[in-house]
Amino acid sequence: MSLLTLSSLKKSFMAPDGGRKMIVDVPEFSLAAGQQLALRGESGSGKTTFLHLIAGILAADSGSIRLDEQDMAVLAEPARDRLRARTIGYIFQTFNLLQGYSCLENVLLGMAFGAGADRARATALLERVGLGQRLHHLPRQLSTGQQQRVAVARALAGRPQLVLADEPTGNLDHRNGREALALIRETCREAGAALLLVSHDPEVLAAFEDVRDFAQLNRAASEVAP
Amino acid sequence: MTLPLIIRRSLRQHLLSTVVTALSIALAGGLLMTVWVVKTQSQALFAQTNSGFDAVLGARGSPLQLVLNSIFHLEASPGNVAAEDLQYIARHPLIKAAIPIAVGDNFKGWRIVGTVPELFTKIEYAPGKKYALAGGRLFEGTAKEAVVGSFAAQALGWKLGDTFHPFHGLTYVPNGDQHPDVFTVTGILAPTNTPVDRVIWIPLAGIQSMSGHDPKHATEVSAVLLQLRTPTAGVLLDQMYNKQGNRLTLAWPIGSIIAGLFNKISWFDEVLTLVAWLVALVAAGSVLSSIYNSMSARQRDIAILRALGARRRLVFGAVVAEAATIGVLGSLAGGAVYALLLTGIAAVIRAQTGVVLEPFAWQPVFAWAPAALIGLCALGGLVPAFKAYRVPVAETLAPTS
Repeated sequence: MSLLTLSSLKKSFMAPDGGRKMIVDVPEFSLAAGQQLALRGESGSGKTTFLHLIAGILAADSGSIRLDEQDMAVLAEPARDRLRARTIGYIFQTFNLLQGYSCLENVLLGMAFGAGADRARATALLERVGLGQRLHHLPRQLSTGQQQRVAVARALAGRPQLVLADEPTGNLDHRNGREALALIRETCREAGAALLLVSHDPEVLAAFEDVRDFAQLNRAASEVAP
Repeated sequence: MTLPLIIRRSLRQHLLSTVVTALSIALAGGLLMTVWVVKTQSQALFAQTNSGFDAVLGARGSPLQLVLNSIFHLEASPGNVAAEDLQYIARHPLIKAAIPIAVGDNFKGWRIVGTVPELFTKIEYAPGKKYALAGGRLFEGTAKEAVVGSFAAQALGWKLGDTFHPFHGLTYVPNGDQHPDVFTVTGILAPTNTPVDRVIWIPLAGIQSMSGHDPKHATEVSAVLLQLRTPTAGVLLDQMYNKQGNRLTLAWPIGSIIAGLFNKISWFDEVLTLVAWLVALVAAGSVLSSIYNSMSARQRDIAILRALGARRRLVFGAVVAEAATIGVLGSLAGGAVYALLLTGIAAVIRAQTGVVLEPFAWQPVFAWAPAALIGLCALGGLVPAFKAYRVPVAETLAPTS
């Protein structure tokens, strides 16, 4: 039984010339519960848009995105927000931590809109990623590697079934990148969450058993790629 | 807990503009409450201030001047009342009490008023309230003795047994004529919170026979304070003195004469109230613009919250609630502004008139002014809130790719 099943997913944007430009055109794609899959994708290939569609941050033009017995592609925005809060954790290349909030508060906000804020769980998660001593630090007081670890804890805070990671090591140096990747994979496994990661970094991709080429998945990719 | 956390953090992140806008709200709230309380309370208190009398009989002239002179001890006397007129009204069957007063002297600006001891023994200055002495005794008959109002005594630092030479005239001229007569303080009145507190009271004969005063007028008085037996007596006396007579004026009823004065100067309150509301509007506008100006900085935070599953209406509500919170903080500080302003104003009004405002007695304005300000702030918050509502999440989070 698949956790995530896409079919005929399409998304286009308004092009500067006034026409519409197809960005994502994925005939089918699926991910099993607990599966860890890496997508190889160059920047500009529409991979971020693809993840935004799965997360319901963007509305699809057509097609279906079945997740947790609901179809993200047809839901209205508030229902997509709810479904995202309940089932998806998101890790960004630029971390996207809330700068005015402590590490603990960032993690608490990761669960606030879905499972509900749980201080003990947030603390445990930060301890798990090695930041038990930094609960009340602000993001700017941490190194980039530490910031991405907070983001990992936040992504897992809402007990997601699926974690989406968009170039999670792109802003980290070599060593921190390797550590962050290992941490993401371990914690997803521990939490029983599936992981869908997109990257263009061969070393990151080499760490995965399952790697697929986004350009082959996305029929629109050839038109978009530079 | 999520919404309060978001509001708190956002206020903290923009601490300077939070403080500045809250202070402008505080100023607006303080001004609104001050203007309103001074207006309503002074109007009510002044209209109630009659020292226990229903009417004043005086020389032909303005009833308002009569009341201000004889009840509030502020204006000059329009003229005198002859001894026969005093005799006549004192024995009139419609009159319950007639207390003559005579003015014309001061001590360093504190008015000296001649009267009869019955003012302090027979008259209730307010329903159920009789004059009391804080110390000493009343003056006697024609002796050169004085009973001093509490505020005047305090201001002059007078004790029982102190003596003074009256100055001639109602206003104090430092090198002006000083009567050789020496008066002794025999009593100090307990506070009444009325204009009586600002007066130095001496026997009627004291003023009339003061050396240097024209002996021809020695039997005359400045005004007669009247208590009527029935409310309808006023109508009859009004007919007799004001409509048919042409020598004397009956100021009656005292309350509506003072209310008339306030009506005449009501434009002044309206201007002040308008200014207070304009300040409130400007303050609400500053809440709007300060949040609005920080929206581009907040855009990323809003997009992140949305990505974490926050709905549009939550980020919308968070901005409105943040604006309202600034209103709440400002209103609280506005209470302090009000307390400061009104304490000062009440002291000035007391010093000038003897009427005592109660700054901390409950007024409806304490509820509606903060509510209106918080509402205005929330209204101002709507504009940036719409901007928050429309933050494009995907573009803000990942501007490239």
